[in-house]
Amino acid sequence: MDATSGTRTPTLAVFKLASCDGCQLTLLDCEDELLALAGRVEIAHFLEASSAVAPGPYDLALVEGSVTTPQDAERVHAIRAAARHLVTIGACATAGGIQALRNYADVDEYRRTVYARPEYIDTLATSTPVSAHVDVDFELRGCPIDRRQLLEVITAFLAGRKPDVPDHSVCFECKRRGTVCVTVAHGTPCLGPVTHAGCGALCPAYGRGCYGCFGPSGSVNLPALIPLLRRDGMDEEATVRFLHTFNAPAFDAAGRESRPSEEGVAK
Amino acid sequence: MTHRGSRVLHVGSLSRVEGEGSLRLRVHDGTVTEARLAIYEPPRFFEAFLRGRSYTEPPDITARVCGICPVAYQMSACAAIEDACGVTVDPAIKSLRRLLYCGEWIESQALHVYLLHAPDFLGRASAIELARTHRAEVERGLRLKKAGNSLLELLGGRAVHPVNVRVGGFHRVPARSELRPLQEELRRASEDAWDTVRWVSGFDFPDARVDADLLALAAPHTYAIESGTPSVLRSDGTFGSFPVRHFTHRVQETHLAHSTALHSRLDGHRHLTGSLARFAISGRQLSPVAREAAVEAGLGDPREGAVCRNPYRSILVRAVEIVYAVDEALRIIDAYEPPGRPHTEVPPAAGIGHGATEAPRGLLYHRYELDESGTVTDALLVPPTAQNQGAIEDDLRRFAQHAIAEHDADDAELTTLCERAIRNHDPCISCSTHFLDLTVVRTSGGSDA
Repeated sequence: MDATSGTRTPTLAVFKLASCDGCQLTLLDCEDELLALAGRVEIAHFLEASSAVAPGPYDLALVEGSVTTPQDAERVHAIRAAARHLVTIGACATAGGIQALRNYADVDEYRRTVYARPEYIDTLATSTPVSAHVDVDFELRGCPIDRRQLLEVITAFLAGRKPDVPDHSVCFECKRRGTVCVTVAHGTPCLGPVTHAGCGALCPAYGRGCYGCFGPSGSVNLPALIPLLRRDGMDEEATVRFLHTFNAPAFDAAGRESRPSEEGVAK
Repeated sequence: MTHRGSRVLHVGSLSRVEGEGSLRLRVHDGTVTEARLAIYEPPRFFEAFLRGRSYTEPPDITARVCGICPVAYQMSACAAIEDACGVTVDPAIKSLRRLLYCGEWIESQALHVYLLHAPDFLGRASAIELARTHRAEVERGLRLKKAGNSLLELLGGRAVHPVNVRVGGFHRVPARSELRPLQEELRRASEDAWDTVRWVSGFDFPDARVDADLLALAAPHTYAIESGTPSVLRSDGTFGSFPVRHFTHRVQETHLAHSTALHSRLDGHRHLTGSLARFAISGRQLSPVAREAAVEAGLGDPREGAVCRNPYRSILVRAVEIVYAVDEALRIIDAYEPPGRPHTEVPPAAGIGHGATEAPRGLLYHRYELDESGTVTDALLVPPTAQNQGAIEDDLRRFAQHAIAEHDADDAELTTLCERAIRNHDPCISCSTHFLDLTVVRTSGGSDA
């Protein structure tokens, strides 16, 4: 960010749409770095952390959450207009999040199910990522995002370079970590072969299969993975549910583009 | 009557709370006629899309209701599903769950005390601003918060949305040697927690009293966290309890005539969950060191039934609860032997299950209905903030009325006062989108870009 080359302190803003707060909390979870970061940037807008709010434009805006209301569909344009660089953080902002399960259902029925006075609930039929509405400079994946990756992204934008966030699959991280493949060794259904790295391959390290919370990796080969899930006991419904949780529309899109690739899945 | 006698005060975007909300105060001829904590957090429909999912999924799915207290959601979900399936987990697993939950309590209470609440008492906009004059204190708060996160990361895999919890227990349990490095960090945290109690007890607390009935879980011989019986200390001093399965009969939404809001009421009365309620109901069960901290904080002796009803002083109770959670975590680690199996088998069964646990900000209730294959056919989540909304609004009304009657407070003062009244209760607005009617009238849009 060229803001750093001048004398002016770069400004950071954090915005929230439909979400759980977990990704912006990840910034406050940088306990060892938070005060140092606050010395390098002016935190100009971060409602969860501060009641002092400075107007834009902002050098870097982090946006958590998906677009689910007519108001937020307008608001993302205002945020984009106020942000020199806009980075979306987390599965909600990058893929619609778990609330995108409404995209496959009747939202009016959902409304009647949950709320006693459904007429008060103003909501869109779909939950969509910010990139469906405005240009986004970078998308950081994860439900939730990884703290180290968040620091890398903020540091990279401050330094005016591209974030070092590889889009390979979780399998690479298991290999690096030395975790025995849960599918090969135990026949545990695992989405690691098709899931974007970033978490450090947590689930297999805890003896469970990856559940895809970082969304699809850069090269997804569902036709190779699905027979393995079936072999390991998942019927069609269970397979659909497995892919349709935290990043459902993104896995669907990856599935449509899916073709055999050099990135092999566990055999 | 001055020109201020009639006015509408609106704060479009509350700060230093979890999630997004706004507040509206309407004053007519010097009388507060409306005090409203409005929730404009968009609805996300968890109860709807949980239907049709497997009974193994709610712990991971409902964690996403709240990034601040995902463990609370995982624990209430597990409790309700295990209840539906008629399974009681092994005691060693219950103990490990309590240890994980202590991590969330330490993290979340330290977050609230230092980053959200303390700036109010010291006239700062944020902890970052506070660090310019109170660097050592803010660093201590971050260190405490990190100790909680270290527990969550070791037992759960990560601090937000831990991956290691499953129905019946855990995917993997740690060896004794893995927990050892935590002991050193927790011993440091224990000192930090005591220093926190001493620090916050020096703050100035306005006089105030919340009259609501206090609702918290109670358990024999321990300060209830991961299980217990819903218990009520009523405003008239009487005490009662009821089985978790009666929760929705006792805690109900009531449509108030003067408002469009549906408020949650306990037996028709306004009620409050969270630190104040827990301390009043379970204070006697605090460990000796936490009891000592309560006395040091000026809260009185919990063994003699000390009750704190001043919501400003909730920061003291949270500080005492940090002392307790650190002490309890050390106790569990000290006695830890890895469970014989990481989880108790939970075969699916048709039925309805109820679960309640103590999230840092109050009692969190889940109910699931399962069919014989274990598919969820109905789900209900009742978060603490949805229950507390009525009591919070009552504080808003009374605090504002008092400030107007006493010295004709101006808008800026009322705004600060009302925001403080809300923060006192550590509301989690991300969670409270369930159960409430959302006036999604988004006055002024809450927009701020």
